[in-house]
Amino acid sequence: MGSIGSSFFDIGHLDVLSSKQTPVHRVDPRVKVFTTLLFIIVVVSFDKYDPARLMPFVVYPVAIMAIGRIPFAYILKKLLIASPFVLFVAVFNPLLDRNPVMELGAFHISGGFISFTSIMVKYVLTVSAGLALIACTGFDAICSALAGMGVPAVFTIQLLFVYRYIFVLGEEAARMARARALRSFGDKGMGIGVYGSMLGQLLFRTMDRAQRIHLAMMCRGFDGEIRYIATPRMRWSDWMFLAGWGGLFALLRLYDFPAWLGRGLGRLI
Amino acid sequence: MHMADALISPAVGGVMWVAAAGLTVFSARKLKQEMDDRKTPLMGVLGALVFAAQMINFTIPGTGSSGHLGGAMILAVLLGPYAAFITMASILTIQALFFADGGLLALGCNIINMGFFPCFIAFPLVYKRIAKSGADRKRILPAAMAASIAGLLLGAMGVVTETFTSGISELSFKTFILLMVPIHLVIGIVEGFVTASIVGFVSKARPEVLEMAAQTSKGSQGSLKPVIVTLAIIAALTGGFLSWFASTNPDGLEWSTAKSAVDKVLPAPQGQIHSWFSKLQEKTAFLPDYGFKKDKAECDAAGEGKKGNEEQWPGVNAGTSISGLLGGAMSLVLVGLIGFGIRTFQRRKLK
Repeated sequence: MGSIGSSFFDIGHLDVLSSKQTPVHRVDPRVKVFTTLLFIIVVVSFDKYDPARLMPFVVYPVAIMAIGRIPFAYILKKLLIASPFVLFVAVFNPLLDRNPVMELGAFHISGGFISFTSIMVKYVLTVSAGLALIACTGFDAICSALAGMGVPAVFTIQLLFVYRYIFVLGEEAARMARARALRSFGDKGMGIGVYGSMLGQLLFRTMDRAQRIHLAMMCRGFDGEIRYIATPRMRWSDWMFLAGWGGLFALLRLYDFPAWLGRGLGRLI
Repeated sequence: MHMADALISPAVGGVMWVAAAGLTVFSARKLKQEMDDRKTPLMGVLGALVFAAQMINFTIPGTGSSGHLGGAMILAVLLGPYAAFITMASILTIQALFFADGGLLALGCNIINMGFFPCFIAFPLVYKRIAKSGADRKRILPAAMAASIAGLLLGAMGVVTETFTSGISELSFKTFILLMVPIHLVIGIVEGFVTASIVGFVSKARPEVLEMAAQTSKGSQGSLKPVIVTLAIIAALTGGFLSWFASTNPDGLEWSTAKSAVDKVLPAPQGQIHSWFSKLQEKTAFLPDYGFKKDKAECDAAGEGKKGNEEQWPGVNAGTSISGLLGGAMSLVLVGLIGFGIRTFQRRKLK
């Protein structure tokens, strides 16, 4: 998963992006979470031999990223980094499914290749929508959105804690890893013995820290519940956001927009 | 082992989401009953720890590749099954949101594969059976090994089943299993060693931690709730998955009408209102006949029975013909223009 230090810097960068002030950032986080989930469900529901109809759906992540001023290159890089597992499974499709279903000039395109394209397009769409969601909403807002949508408090508190202490522990783990690397004289790998005792050390430091945190919180009046500022009410613009995008997804799902465009173009040409 | 959205269907993703969400609510309620306040920051910090530990790759001896810790077993031993499940769920959620390591729709699947199987099946049924109260240090290694392997293999089976029943990847069940099982066996062995060494470390240096964990999970021993929950999930899975393999023979009503009528399928009445309603139903039926919308050509082929004729196998519909391709490319261009337009508008606004 790359070097520890850069990964944690990465989470921080997403948080920086979420603090901008754009129309998308101002939409209620519950609406954004719900719309993104709806988007993912609709995209994934397409038949595996139908990649062309997926194309118009790119408008959602592109619009969110454009209006939210999220750099495309950054999202693209993350997409590339996370793609190996999907590629590994998807690459079997063209190998196993060789039925030619289409002719493009002199080439026969197999069903497997089409389903491979469909998988990769779905991957790009769903992952970019998820990253756009977090980049324009911010983690605290998402947790409050989840709490507002009925997720048990234990879970949202857990999410907030894990998020907060990832940075703290990440630095600790990075320090230990760097110390080990500096003392290993060119030995690139980490054996199980060293790994086990490093993890054990990290564990003890963690547990000591947890105890100190707990005592500190109790001293400041923590009683097991994190209180959010009253969840803001849904505004008219939030409903419009939801209705607009929801309607567009439904429309694109039911009617074959690319085929219509293509036929129109064909008639022009 | 994190699954991506692109490889699962909404039905599979939805069922697993419901199962994972239900289990989360159940675990949260159980934790509230225990009312151990000390656990809250401990869960959070241990969650961050496992998250950090998952980023450290160790070399798998002999293969030249590297793997990383799953972590659910360590959490289960130190926190008890309910807290460990919630912690794993939170780790997976953050990984899905920030690192795109596992899709949002697939989050339910990932939580079940990497949270439910180790915490609720491998831990109570394997680890606790072998290690008993954890006081006997010699039992820790075999218990941790067996439990880690069991948990990981169950998770791998889960991944294979969910991918296969989604029907998007062409990998056959057998091939996928042959690919996944050996790798996860090795990872399970390594995780078993790591878990055992950590638990042994803790029992030597801080035995009171293990005692605390043993105390909290004692109350749940012999309770029927986990079994009921598991059965409920299996019921959900059966409804979701096995229905795919349900018999394609006509059900009782269809069979009897087929036997009695001359035409195999009742002809639809031709009136205006009927045709309007049937068109509306065609458009809105998201899951006609409990399957995804097939093309008309596909329906015809299926209706005539499996003729095995390659020309009649139209898995592809008009969308992938030339006009579809053209339209798809055009839509991309349009969206690109929209994005460009938004950016230009923003820049002008700044000036």
